[in-house]
Amino acid sequence: MDVQQLIKEQVGNNPVALYMKGTPQFPQCGFSATAVQILKACGVPEFFSVNVLENPEIRNGIKDFANWPTIPQLYVRGEFVGGSDIMREMYQDGELQKLLAGIAEKV
Amino acid sequence: MSGGNFESALRNKLDGLAPIRIELADDSARHAGHEGAKGGGGHYRLTVVSSVFAGKSTVARHRLVYDALGDLMHDKIHALSIKSLAPDEV
Repeated sequence: MDVQQLIKEQVGNNPVALYMKGTPQFPQCGFSATAVQILKACGVPEFFSVNVLENPEIRNGIKDFANWPTIPQLYVRGEFVGGSDIMREMYQDGELQKLLAGIAEKV
Repeated sequence: MSGGNFESALRNKLDGLAPIRIELADDSARHAGHEGAKGGGGHYRLTVVSSVFAGKSTVARHRLVYDALGDLMHDKIHALSIKSLAPDEV
């Protein structure tokens, strides 16, 4: 399958999708670790994730998909949200919690 | 490329954003050798203050910065943390 099509299906089929370096349990980059921590703080401890270090095609393809050059990348309900800086800003403003409301577990 | 050359290259790239202020912090030493950094390139924290950011979302602002940085983003930068502020947000 074409990698762009694959990514489209991944973000479309999962309410929260995080493209990251490493796994949620073992992030291999500080920015990816931050993204995981923020999702947890928003009441989303379980989510779809792709370890781009093990998927070189997705690692390159995801940058074109959102026209965004860096990883991690967060998608919510199929929409690109941003990287870890944007996630942190949105979390501090309460925006990310609003976006994830309905997906988040009651905490 | 030394740190000074990198910073001047970066400042040149960002000229188009008419920045009022650019601050660059090099965190590369703190990340040396970690798994995600194997491809080389530095870790930086960048603050840009420009009126072009006014009224734009953070995603749109960061896209402007990434677009302006162009090749630098691929060749010299492994990781970049961006703070993009309009003048009245400083």
